[in-house]
Amino acid sequence: MTVELDRQGSHNGYVEGLPGYRDDAPLLEVEDLQVEFHTRDGVARAVNGVDFSLRAGETLAVVGESGSGKSVTAQAIMGILEEPPARVAGGEIRFRGVDLLKLSAERRRRIRANHVAMVFQDALSALNPVWTVGFQLGELFRKHRGMSRKDARRRAVELLDMVRIPAAAQRVDEYPHQFSGGMRQRVMIAMALALDPEVLIADEPTTALDVTVQAQIMRLLSDIQAERHMGLILITHDLGVVADVADDITVMYAGRAVEQANVRDTFASPAHPYTKALLRSIPRLDVKGQRLEVIAGLPPVLTDIPPGCAFAPRCGYAQDVCRTERPPLSTVTAGRSAACHFASEVMTDDVN
Amino acid sequence: MSSDINERVVEGIDEERERPQRAAGLWRDAIRDLRKRPTVIISLLIILVVLAIGFFPSLFTDVDPKACDISRNKAPAEPGHPFGFSHEGCDYFAQTVYGAGPSVQLSLMVVTGTLIVGGLFGILAGFYGGWVDVLFSRAVDVFNSIPFLLGAILLLTMFRDIQMPFVGARLQAIIPAVITLIIFGWTSTMRLVRASVIEARNLDYVHAARSLGASNARLMFRHILPNAVAPVVSLIPLSIAGMISVEATLSFLGLGVRKPEITWGLMIDDATKWFVNGYPMLLIIPSAFLIATVLAFVLLGDAIRDALDPKLR
Amino acid sequence: MTSTEPVLQVEGLVKHFPIRSGIVFKRTVGQVKAVDGVDITLNRGETLGVVGESGCGKSTLAKLLVGLEKPTSGAIRVRGEDVTRLGRSGMRRLRRNVQMVFQDPYTSLNPRMTVGDIIGEPYRIHPDAVPKSGRRAAVRELIDMVGLNPDHISRYPHQFSGGQRQRIGIARALALKPEILICDEPVSALDVSIQGQVINLLEELQDELGLSYLFIAHDLSVVRHIADRVAVMYLGKVAESGEENQIYEHPMHPYTQALLSAVPVPDPTLRGQRDEIVLEGDVPSPANPPSGCRFRTRCFKARAEWAKTATDEQRKNTPLAEQAPDVCKQQIPVLEIREGGAHPSACHYAQERDVVHAH
Ligand SMILES: Nc1ncnc2c1ncn2[C@@H]1O[C@H](COP(=O)(O)OP(=O)(O)OP(=O)(O)O)[C@@H](O)[C@H]1O
Ligand SMILES: Nc1ncnc2c1ncn2[C@@H]1O[C@H](COP(=O)(O)OP(=O)(O)OP(=O)(O)O)[C@@H](O)[C@H]1O
Ligand code: SF4
Ligand code: SF4
Ligand SMILES: [Mg+2]
Ligand SMILES: [Mg+2]
Repeated sequence: MTVELDRQGSHNGYVEGLPGYRDDAPLLEVEDLQVEFHTRDGVARAVNGVDFSLRAGETLAVVGESGSGKSVTAQAIMGILEEPPARVAGGEIRFRGVDLLKLSAERRRRIRANHVAMVFQDALSALNPVWTVGFQLGELFRKHRGMSRKDARRRAVELLDMVRIPAAAQRVDEYPHQFSGGMRQRVMIAMALALDPEVLIADEPTTALDVTVQAQIMRLLSDIQAERHMGLILITHDLGVVADVADDITVMYAGRAVEQANVRDTFASPAHPYTKALLRSIPRLDVKGQRLEVIAGLPPVLTDIPPGCAFAPRCGYAQDVCRTERPPLSTVTAGRSAACHFASEVMTDDVN
Repeated sequence: MSSDINERVVEGIDEERERPQRAAGLWRDAIRDLRKRPTVIISLLIILVVLAIGFFPSLFTDVDPKACDISRNKAPAEPGHPFGFSHEGCDYFAQTVYGAGPSVQLSLMVVTGTLIVGGLFGILAGFYGGWVDVLFSRAVDVFNSIPFLLGAILLLTMFRDIQMPFVGARLQAIIPAVITLIIFGWTSTMRLVRASVIEARNLDYVHAARSLGASNARLMFRHILPNAVAPVVSLIPLSIAGMISVEATLSFLGLGVRKPEITWGLMIDDATKWFVNGYPMLLIIPSAFLIATVLAFVLLGDAIRDALDPKLR
Repeated sequence: MTSTEPVLQVEGLVKHFPIRSGIVFKRTVGQVKAVDGVDITLNRGETLGVVGESGCGKSTLAKLLVGLEKPTSGAIRVRGEDVTRLGRSGMRRLRRNVQMVFQDPYTSLNPRMTVGDIIGEPYRIHPDAVPKSGRRAAVRELIDMVGLNPDHISRYPHQFSGGQRQRIGIARALALKPEILICDEPVSALDVSIQGQVINLLEELQDELGLSYLFIAHDLSVVRHIADRVAVMYLGKVAESGEENQIYEHPMHPYTQALLSAVPVPDPTLRGQRDEIVLEGDVPSPANPPSGCRFRTRCFKARAEWAKTATDEQRKNTPLAEQAPDVCKQQIPVLEIREGGAHPSACHYAQERDVVHAH
């Protein structure tokens, strides 16, 4: 598969002139990030201390229950949270050493245009229904690359082609609702790749795609990644895809990272009870099961997170200490960490 | 069918404290919400007062605004004349009170009219699409291509000689302006509503209602319109403000309400020449009333929009 | 509860969307053949899974079945009655019997209506379904049935999680006591553990109410779990259909085989070792599908068959998309039981291949 991206004008080294920039710094580091929402019911702590780091060329999978703060974390990195109601209450987000949270809105906008891109979870509402797909794609090139209308349209067709939209030249002038769910999602991917980012945050990029197209898209992303040394943060609930493409994994629960490790280690022996339960609830292709396993109970209400471990009410391993003391994210064995008082027991326990 | 997961899910929710049962619905909840907001109460009070002044000025002053004494021109405030005198020697308080009428009536009528016309056309164009949309959209283009002042002059001179039956003299003076302004004002409302309707038309919940067999009217008014209300509601106060100033412009050109009738627009217009010449109050007083009125509408508009969005409640 | 009493029969169903150009006066310049001759049967109490490529017409099929789109041609029989010929009142009757659960729990509920209004809306649209006095109780019963707390009747959708919202959507679909539920990717937007809850709920409701499901999904593991029979679609046509076991254990059609082999397996140790059939070439446009077999431009089987007889010269000069035997290029393969198989497939060279266990 040939990947042809717009080189001209990209990597104008915008970030290099900013305070804190280091050539040898990791591509993206998130440290103790905290985001809260001020709602009428109180303060919802949607992200409650998330740490991770992403190296160039690496794929980091972020998984976790719906509402665990994955998208909010991504939006905080992008700097597109609606503030208020949201507020970044603490932590640092460093892109090549530059703390993004300390930059002005204009500088962050330029970082978004030149370095960090995102594929949004909700493809339908991220596309404007009143403009054609081609116009919306072309706008990127007109605005950020100063291309003429005609050139921008040509680039838009190329991008649609790249993400495997059939008869791209014909469909470029159609409106989003004329595309199927999966096609809209691919348009979003095309938009994110358009300006040749160094970090791509993909929030559920393949939920609406069938497996063959999903495989093609994932292959496309990894080709671009290899060629460009792009860092990829892949937010997904498809653990099959995680097993297939990710290097590292961060498992989130109630706004916190509860387990971090290499993908192989995590799947082989999860160190956190939530991860374990999650892996057990995957339906399998090669057996027709009876009832599907589910994790009983609900995640905590974010305005009122109980003291101690947030997973305790649903955890089979819970002891008294879990209800009073919050387990820190600490190293279990070399290169892996988990936020559980009994991580080593959980790990050595048989999974299946 | 008592599945244990289901039970557990129910339990999980039960743990949150439940408010007592009460009837709910979008508008009922919105009104309940509005009643609790102090800004709503304050702005409603201001609007009520302004409306009362606008429609029943004689309740607020005994002084005849047109009884002027040129010798007292621009005289400062004195007992019985709290705002002093205009540059023509008229009582400025009485003028301010009587000046509210045409401005308020005109802007309310124009805004209501544009909302009804523009809103209806916008819904129809957005919902049915196809040739209906083409028709209305081209009509918008035509109206937008006529320069406003030229059209207004044409229309208003046309109206000048028409006597309207059953209409009092005061209304007689503003109705031509109202009709003209509606004719030129509906296009922006229509475009706004059309865009929101197109956005909402293809949403899943509209499909869901359609698949249940809902009629077109139900789809439009129950599902699509409430989601198109927000941008329109926030436009209302601004257009009221805009109309008041357009009214002033028209009056200035001799096309709208003319002297000796009094309006805030005319007063502000007159007063600008005295502002830097040592009589700032002549400008400040009517402007303050105007701004307070507009602000009250802005606050109310904002509150209504928020109250109609359950996520913000 | 599965029986062979058909409740829904689809015959030769076709839906073409016109492609228009021009601003004021639109001309039709082509047709998107979204659904192009589909035959399926759904029996009472049964779940028919529909899988296939993105854009192959699954959602369009669902919309046709619930009457959201009008078919270009073909018949949809609900209990033997062809609903495509029904007038307005007949359509209303149909809608009560065939209901739909939508894919996205975030956009399929009106954010400005309370849960009670959403689930009660079917009764307002069909006032004769339940007398006015009984509606509130009926709504509460539905909420209870899908495992939500009836006291939450006055809440708004945004106050629920994705899985809970999907339950609200299911309750709304069940309000008119339909026999047939069309589920268009009802769990794709949910995370795995909530996915499990919704699927378990659907299975319980089926046992209890004798519902028939048409279950569209692209997650083949989920489909395997819930479906009794499966239809695989490609570019507006059914490529293969059969019992769940036949499709998963004995796939005959090359597209089904490719699809099954591409399912990511949640086991990182198998990375790169799976026997994945990689489809080459572009997805053809539904506006201009290939002649003969629609899969031929990407079919590995056709390429292999072609290569058997091709000369070196031909191999060098024929573009990838054209490397197929003449029969695949010229004859549209019909959906029928083929030699060596027990269920219908639409391939001239149908041959079983185990891909699920190959790794
Ligand atoms: N605008 C907002 N106001 C209040 N709370 C919000 C807002 N946006 C998000 N939240 C809350 O923040 C939490 C985290 O949401 P987020 O979207 O990050 O979840 P997620 O992990 O991406 O879940 P999913 O898998 O469903 O996408 C949720 O509980 C959500 O209710
Ligand atoms: N209203 C429409 N106008 C024009 N074309 C349409 C319309 N709706 C759907 N299509 C086209 O019909 C084809 C089938 O679309 P459909 O939504 O049925 O696909 P799908 O199988 O549901 O795909 P996905 O898995 O991505 O949701 C696509 O090519 C789509 O672009
Ligand atoms: S800390 Fe306790 S409750 Fe939390 S996950 Fe570990 S064992 Fe379970
Ligand atoms: S008929 Fe030919 S092209 Fe079509 S699936 Fe079979 S082998 Fe492939
Ligand atoms: Mg999310
Ligand atoms: Mg679809």
